[in-house]
Amino acid sequence: MVSKHEMTAKDSAGRVTGTDRVKRGLAEMLRGGVIMDVVTPEHAKIAEDAGAVAVMALERVPADIRRDGGVARMSDPALIEAIKAAVTIPVMAKARIGHFAEAQILQALQVDYIDESEVLTPADEAYHIDKWGFEVPFVCGATNLGEALRRISEGAAMIRSKGEAGSGNIVEAVRHLRSVLGDIRAIATCDATERYGWAKQLQAPVGLVQEIAETGRLPVPLFCAGGIATPADAALVMQLGAEAVFVGSGIFKSEDPAVRARAIVEATAHFRDPEILVKVSRGLGTPMKGAEISTLETRLAERGW
Amino acid sequence: MAAEPKRAAPGRAVVVAAPVIGVLALQGDVSEHVGMLQALGVGVAEVRLPRDLAGVDALVLPGGESTTLQLLLEAAGLRDVIAARIAAGMPVLGTCAGMILLATTVLDGRPDQWSFGAIDLAVRRNAFGRQVASFEEDLDLAGIGGGPLHAVFIRAPVVETVGSGVEVLATISMSDDGAHPVACRQGRVTVTAFHPELVGDHRLHELLVADAAAVTAHQVPRSSGSGAGRRRH
Repeated sequence: MVSKHEMTAKDSAGRVTGTDRVKRGLAEMLRGGVIMDVVTPEHAKIAEDAGAVAVMALERVPADIRRDGGVARMSDPALIEAIKAAVTIPVMAKARIGHFAEAQILQALQVDYIDESEVLTPADEAYHIDKWGFEVPFVCGATNLGEALRRISEGAAMIRSKGEAGSGNIVEAVRHLRSVLGDIRAIATCDATERYGWAKQLQAPVGLVQEIAETGRLPVPLFCAGGIATPADAALVMQLGAEAVFVGSGIFKSEDPAVRARAIVEATAHFRDPEILVKVSRGLGTPMKGAEISTLETRLAERGW
Repeated sequence: MAAEPKRAAPGRAVVVAAPVIGVLALQGDVSEHVGMLQALGVGVAEVRLPRDLAGVDALVLPGGESTTLQLLLEAAGLRDVIAARIAAGMPVLGTCAGMILLATTVLDGRPDQWSFGAIDLAVRRNAFGRQVASFEEDLDLAGIGGGPLHAVFIRAPVVETVGSGVEVLATISMSDDGAHPVACRQGRVTVTAFHPELVGDHRLHELLVADAAAVTAHQVPRSSGSGAGRRRH
């Protein structure tokens, strides 16, 4: 296992909280599900009604952040509280990369997961948040295995592909998943000496590389984010090896969010069943428009390291 | 106690013809349950559609989000067929969300929350609060040997009231009003508020396998589904 510096605590009944196991455990329970970006309590209700396993509370979906420009920050606590009050499922929220004060505020708000996210404007050019210092679990984005392992070494309890948020284009998420999972498959078959070379190449702790070599999987759940707009997109990334999906702009920037949300939930559950994929893909209305990656002014996936 | 598991070599259930245990595989920590059952040497089938249920002798309802699982159970046409199998005596094990799905009454649920009503309990969702209150604790299991079970509670439910036919296997003290059941059993329905599958403690899965073996032993020859294709993994 990882060398841990976890910040566990005891609750009023003397029970141990904030352990690595309970942090990763919530991610395990979300597997096979869809986590949806929502910007109002009404959106949150629509997401829960459609079968979301969790919602991500934020002020603007990534497509609007991209359109509006300026600095994107943590959401207003009042918005997060209103969304928490609206649903019974877990509520996540985003902090800027390296902005541990935003993360402290989100922990005090008792969100269920913090996304240290490249969708917001980074606050620190050298360091991500020391996530072991929190009781609330963190999810972080990654474009490759080295980045994923650096985030895990900092305490992330879930990794998601970065993809290219707000693009409606799945190509970057596919690239990131193939990179992470391809390297995991290579490490699982390399010899013991080569593991040191992998650690050097990935700029990642050798202990984590050794753990992957022994288990053949990332030490924490691997979800997909960034560009999912259709049920077929969800089925694609699940078949590639993602364990759950985040959908940001893809639902509430489409013509009929409630119907599309429900369809993506069913597609994620039945991702290997083409008959069900046909059924849920039919007549969903117009998806979000999306964009060629080469036309984007800002590449969000390049934020973080 | 109705069906004490056969305690043979540690971690192994001794059964003559291994039953096939289904794991509801729509959402949640499915692979942990599959891995636990495979380690016990039984057949394991992932259940996503009604046809998957035909060949299974018992069913695990895993941890996950109960609201999501309900929607997916109805969409897949599984709600009625699982209810009918449970009514006909199929053994079931539900952990966390699975416990919510099996209880007769769900408190703090959505207005449209339904449940199978397979075990006479009133269960409160998210009873300990949000994720920062998720915790680990050792529990004593009444009537099941092998020492304390290391229990992991994730945004866990708790049992508020139990019916007269329900056996309480473990309790936990809540700061407000004393002991609450977190593991219960009625007939061949076993539920836990925690996740034995996250720590690899096989004892409750052994209980399910023993239940399944007891049922199949009384139903020989099987009415259907006992031929090729039962074993999926």
